[in-house]
Amino acid sequence: MSLAHDARVAVRPADVAQRPARTWPEINNPAAWIVAVILLIMPLIASGFFLIEIFATTLILGIMALSLMFLAGYGGMVSLMQLTIAGFSAYMVAVFGVSGNANISLGWPWWLAVPMALALATAFGTLGGALAVRTEGIYTIMITLAIGAAFYYFTNQNWAIFNGHTGINTVATPHFWGVNWRADIPFYYVVLAVAALCYFAVEYLSRAPFGLALQGVRDNPRRMAALGFNVNAHRVAAYAFASFVAALAGVLQVWNYRQISPGSVSVGACIDVLIIAVVGGITRPIGPFIGALIFVLLRTFALDFLVRLGLDGNRFRLLIGLGFLAIVFWSSDGVIGLWQRWRQSRRPAANRPGGGRGHG
Amino acid sequence: MSKCSVGLLALSSFFLSTAAIAQEKIKVGVTATLEGTYTVLGEDGMRGHQTALNVLGKKVGDKELEFIVASTDATPDSAVRAVRKLIEQDKVQILLSPLSGDEGIAVKNFAKTHPELTFINAASGAQETTYVDPAPNFFRYNMDGAQWQVGLGKYAFEEKKYRKIATVGEDYSFIYTQVFGLVLEFCGAGGQVTNRQWVPLGTKDFASVIAALPDDVDAIYLGLGGADAVNFLNQYQQAGGKAHLMGGSIMIDQTILSSKGNAKNALVGTIAASGQADTWEDPGWQKFVKAYQDAFPPNKRFPSPSLLATNYYDSTMALILALRQVNGDLSNNQAKYKEALAKIEIDAPNGKIKLDSNRQAIGTNFVTEVVDDGKGALFSKVVKVIPNVNQTLGYDPAVFSKIGLPSRTVPECKKY
Repeated sequence: MSLAHDARVAVRPADVAQRPARTWPEINNPAAWIVAVILLIMPLIASGFFLIEIFATTLILGIMALSLMFLAGYGGMVSLMQLTIAGFSAYMVAVFGVSGNANISLGWPWWLAVPMALALATAFGTLGGALAVRTEGIYTIMITLAIGAAFYYFTNQNWAIFNGHTGINTVATPHFWGVNWRADIPFYYVVLAVAALCYFAVEYLSRAPFGLALQGVRDNPRRMAALGFNVNAHRVAAYAFASFVAALAGVLQVWNYRQISPGSVSVGACIDVLIIAVVGGITRPIGPFIGALIFVLLRTFALDFLVRLGLDGNRFRLLIGLGFLAIVFWSSDGVIGLWQRWRQSRRPAANRPGGGRGHG
Repeated sequence: MSKCSVGLLALSSFFLSTAAIAQEKIKVGVTATLEGTYTVLGEDGMRGHQTALNVLGKKVGDKELEFIVASTDATPDSAVRAVRKLIEQDKVQILLSPLSGDEGIAVKNFAKTHPELTFINAASGAQETTYVDPAPNFFRYNMDGAQWQVGLGKYAFEEKKYRKIATVGEDYSFIYTQVFGLVLEFCGAGGQVTNRQWVPLGTKDFASVIAALPDDVDAIYLGLGGADAVNFLNQYQQAGGKAHLMGGSIMIDQTILSSKGNAKNALVGTIAASGQADTWEDPGWQKFVKAYQDAFPPNKRFPSPSLLATNYYDSTMALILALRQVNGDLSNNQAKYKEALAKIEIDAPNGKIKLDSNRQAIGTNFVTEVVDDGKGALFSKVVKVIPNVNQTLGYDPAVFSKIGLPSRTVPECKKY
């Protein structure tokens, strides 16, 4: 108990300066309400493709990147293995659940397979985290990247459990209460619910004693240790939480594509998650979702866009790269940073009559 | 508030624009590996596709065909993503997809979730795709990897007198299928396969593989493709490798034979087997080569079409000819069209092709040898033409099913 109390005393003053109230910041923010309403009525405006391939995929990638944002933003630990944890969880759903590869899958019902997958993936991520917390900065990146690369090559060459390069196809998705939960609209709401849950969980944790202590560890581990905090335990706990979030995303991902193969956990894909988090901005939980939306839009439409302009479609990767380069060049803290600066530059002119400090 | 509403307006117009569907068009989605290790293969596949459109035209009755291309990188996930985009966003009715082995298995499984659409395999050649639990709406007009090796094992044993060989192949379904075809025939004739090495797709450093190649073999079989094959050849030459080589269908192919540098010269004299031979005299083949060469300037194509170009040509041809037979009628979940596809016999440049009851091609296979044309360009020269190769490779289906599915260790080296 005293630990938590200390944490609040130690860190709250700085936090108060940033956030005026103890309530959820979204409540006073009209933009947040608009986004929430749009997300809720999305099935009315978007067709099946936009609903799943763009928005549900964005949310799933966003959840993965959110787990990285939690570690990097609040814990100061850049972990490149978040996608690997998600992939591990996806593989476990396929291995324990029902799939087209009957000789591998154990055929458990989803309500057993999914908790098992979440537990194993969380354990996997926590173990990886326990290794990684002994290092700092670039060494953390390297050790987590090494875990990701090792997992990729392992899945690529292991045929007994992971079915090698072919991967596991035709993974079953849940049906209950008479609803096919992989049909477009129900699946969208499942993804949205999980994303919202993860988002608010991260936001809650960031202001809970644990999160504040974690931010303290990020800013000055020595001082936190001197105050009696177990620095490494906090970091490992952060990894455990982030792993759980990533594992949830992994379950959604395998339900989305109904298959999982090593290409989904490749080193390139691990780095994509970092790109998403960096482009979106790692200072706030909303950042990864914005980054994921940009990433998914570019990945899906860059080829069409180039062809429509009459250019060689083969160079579409270049367009994606240039897009990211431009964002990172003009705003080192991602799209969130751009947004904040734009609002600040407007505020004196536009909001002066109204007082304008309502939602910071 | 005004900026919000502008944003909303932009957002909604964004969605509406995709809802507009043209009336008199039949939409066809095409995927090719335009990224990753197999980029060169995907690009040439698209050239073959374009050649077919030049030759056959895009009109079916009073309807116009519209083709929409999506890119993959030879991984199953990318193929499923691309196919889903084509179906759900672009609303295509027919798919020409995919290029690579494991993509084929994934797309075949995906095809079952859209029984109303028609999937025509573009070039993928894993056996499992049409042999195990085939999808009723998935048609394959190219042979699988094992069919493409028919004739090679016997030729190596009887003519070249090879008795012991080792294999190096990429670690995925298509190459397993190729080695499957080779081993069945070579071991059936009495040869021995002493060592099978598997490398991950996209391997760049072959040093350890080359070091582990056995010395006491008569030949080494290479089942590599694209950038992997070129990397292997470079490093093999630098390591001073001198063994006789045998090649798989995408190893001895214009994608490798016309690569830059002189590493490919190690391939002169290599025997291989494939669904085509560059220098075949058949007038149909020569006409196709001419059409391919005329369609693109020399620096934007290979001297002669690769196996991928041929496969894309053949599958595009089947797609269009069957569609003309039914006069573009895609009503009733495309039932008539599917029937026409199952029955059609196409007079492809690389020999006649018809489908079996699993909708898998029965076609012609070629044993070839790599020759230098005197000007530094390499071509595969026909040694033997084998017509009517079916998926069970001439085995009784019951015997064939006992051999098992192609994998790292299947089939065993023995006579079945």
